[in-house]
Amino acid sequence: MSTATVLRKITFRETQIEMAHGAGGKASRRLVEGLFAPLLFGASAGPLGDAAHIQINGTKIAMTTDSFVVKPLRFPGGSIGELAINGTVNDLAVSGARAEAMVVTFVLEAGLPTEVLEAEVRAMGQAAEKAGVIIAGGDTKVVEHGKADGMYITTTGIGRLMAGVEISPQTVRPGDKVLLSGPIGDHGITILLARGELDLEAELFSDTRSVFPLVEAMVREAGSGVRWMRDPTRGGVATSLNELARDCGHGIILFEEKIPVRNSVRGACELLGLDPLHIANEGQFLTIVSSEHAEAALNALRCVPGGEEAAMIGEIREQPEGAVLVTTLYGGSRMVDMLVGDPLPRIC
Amino acid sequence: MCLAIPGKIVEVDPQNALQAVVEVVGVRRKIDLGLLQDDPPVVGDWVLIHVGFAMSKISEADARDQMQTLTMLGETEAAAQEVRGYGLEEEESDSLRQRSKT
Amino acid sequence: MKYVDEFRAPELITKAGEEIRKLADPRRHYRIMEVCGGHSHAIYRFGLKDLLPANVELIHGPGCPVCVLPMGRIDDGLSLAAQPDFIFAAFGDMMRVPGTHGSPLEYKARGMDVRIVYSPADALKLARNNPEKHVMFFAIGFETTAPSTALTLLRAKTEGLRNFSVFCNHVTIIPAIRAILDSPDMRLDGFVGPGHVSTVIGCRPYEWIAKDAGKPVVVAGFEPLDILQSIVMLLRQLRKGESKVENQYRRVVPWEGNRSALQAMAEAFELRPYFEWRGLGFISQSALKIRSSYAEWDAEQRFAVPGVRVTDPKAAQCGEVLKGVLKPAQCKLFGRECTPEQPVGALMVSSEGSCAAYFNYEHRKPVTIANAATN
Repeated sequence: MSTATVLRKITFRETQIEMAHGAGGKASRRLVEGLFAPLLFGASAGPLGDAAHIQINGTKIAMTTDSFVVKPLRFPGGSIGELAINGTVNDLAVSGARAEAMVVTFVLEAGLPTEVLEAEVRAMGQAAEKAGVIIAGGDTKVVEHGKADGMYITTTGIGRLMAGVEISPQTVRPGDKVLLSGPIGDHGITILLARGELDLEAELFSDTRSVFPLVEAMVREAGSGVRWMRDPTRGGVATSLNELARDCGHGIILFEEKIPVRNSVRGACELLGLDPLHIANEGQFLTIVSSEHAEAALNALRCVPGGEEAAMIGEIREQPEGAVLVTTLYGGSRMVDMLVGDPLPRIC
Repeated sequence: MCLAIPGKIVEVDPQNALQAVVEVVGVRRKIDLGLLQDDPPVVGDWVLIHVGFAMSKISEADARDQMQTLTMLGETEAAAQEVRGYGLEEEESDSLRQRSKT
Repeated sequence: MKYVDEFRAPELITKAGEEIRKLADPRRHYRIMEVCGGHSHAIYRFGLKDLLPANVELIHGPGCPVCVLPMGRIDDGLSLAAQPDFIFAAFGDMMRVPGTHGSPLEYKARGMDVRIVYSPADALKLARNNPEKHVMFFAIGFETTAPSTALTLLRAKTEGLRNFSVFCNHVTIIPAIRAILDSPDMRLDGFVGPGHVSTVIGCRPYEWIAKDAGKPVVVAGFEPLDILQSIVMLLRQLRKGESKVENQYRRVVPWEGNRSALQAMAEAFELRPYFEWRGLGFISQSALKIRSSYAEWDAEQRFAVPGVRVTDPKAAQCGEVLKGVLKPAQCKLFGRECTPEQPVGALMVSSEGSCAAYFNYEHRKPVTIANAATN
């Protein structure tokens, strides 16, 4: 990354920030590419990945940061604390790095019960231990009652790059395969139901976990064949793959019948008019692997506890250029784009 | 105007016969039976749900009928082709198709 | 999922597609209108156009209640709710629809209390739980949704819940179909009828289309096999020169409709003399308003409605696309000034509007042999 910051013209024209700008979809991308990138990332900004790779005295280090804003703070399968640790571990993992250390920032709302904070900090400690990450320090601020939805957490992590992994959208080729580590939609739907506004109940849990063991196993088997990885969080698989399609210029074809989705996620999506491909995941990752290595990569994933449902869900083709197409067994197909903002339930 | 999903009634509120719970592959939703009071559905019935209200009872018999018709699409055509081979008009083989459906 | 998965069976879908190809007379070009936005959405979602031969063309009709809602009505609704202690409640479908000064979500970002509800009953519950606020439910939808709003109004009255009102934008489907058929540039061979509207109004209301206008109507469900089977049934009628109303969606649609739902509607609503449909202009007797016996719960009778009228730019050719005269990509603004993110006209504002659906699901699809001629 160039250290010279060239002051460029910003192309972000909206006059105010909306919720959509944080949702991970098109609006978020516009904000990052149109405002942040020109002013912060300098002339050499390439495709934006999950983590940055920096060279310091000849050692390559990966660094990433993420903020966690979730309502409710606790939900079936996890809480904001676990998301905060696992989310950053995962961003590092899919950039090809093992997370080594993290610092944590809390923005706390005045009036937050201590027991709530304690529960989250405990959860973070446990998640960090499980992921093998040191929490090296942090910062705390308190804001007035009514702000911060209880608490916001930011984690910034650094990690060491795994040997033999050279990932970049530029290396993706037609013929490469798309692999997915497990069922999609669990986290986003769990959160939606946990908000209690929809009168829906289901036996569903957030899938929050560190995906590093899965990534590591796959890289060990297929290292040189791994072209690209991403954890499909906000915006879902559709957003991650659309970003890749845009960055590599090829087409991505998904086979609908191969995409793993739990029945209850399917049911909730049908009831609400949502597409599982747009729903956030916190414990899954996508990867593009060369066709020679795809089988071995998939088997490696399936042998790791928690990776049993990994699937080959698609492949890279020349067409449709820069876009994602979903096909069905009977020969029907539809384009899948990233959303503008958060997925909204519909009745029509 | 059109998103409506089939769900099975698993509970009717004992305090309020207009409120029920449906289940759709393990997802449970509270729904309103207010539009089906002419022939109120009971636990075990399948209903079509739209904006939280049950719009209609689903007829298992009609659904099965329909699947039968769809499964036979093309097969009755094969039968009709055979018949055509005997020199019958297309209209007659059409009516053969209609009769074999019922 | 029962009653869903069976009607998505791939082998049967393939079979139905073959049957359609067999039935379609190669000397004819069939133009079939599917009226309901839900059908348009399903057709795109399941990629059903890929299964049709080039001479069977599906045209998307005006059955998208969000699309046909004039922008002025959104402005009116939002300005009514701009009072302190008001909660604006609406379905998710409405949240990103732009008014002149922004969409409901944008108003929310600026401080208005805007809530997404999944049911009119949820809006009533909001009113019960927030006695110090007034909840205004922005109601949209055809006859599928109107009975639920009606029942909610009846209950609000019975409960004497005064902090609740409905801003009613319910519209009816038959006048819209009539407007399409009356249009001089229309050339349609038949209709795929709106299955869920028909659970309420039954199949009789379409009889004049078959008898007087001579166009067959098949009332259809929303799964791929429902839609394909309906096309099979239409093609069979067309080949025999028949024109009648058939009910493909028998497992759910009663021929006589839902008496209880119709009664609730008659109790709470009456027809407006006329109503403006975005893209189609003014249509008489095509929309519902709340009766004076429920004036207390009618936002329009209780509060002063500005009555804003906003006209779409002349360049937007929504009307022609709605009537099936133009395809979305043929409108000069499509994909340029008018996209789902910045909709200029009616058919881009909702994901089931013809232009938005085409843009999201079909546009830039690699052309296959089957759909080459229709795209």
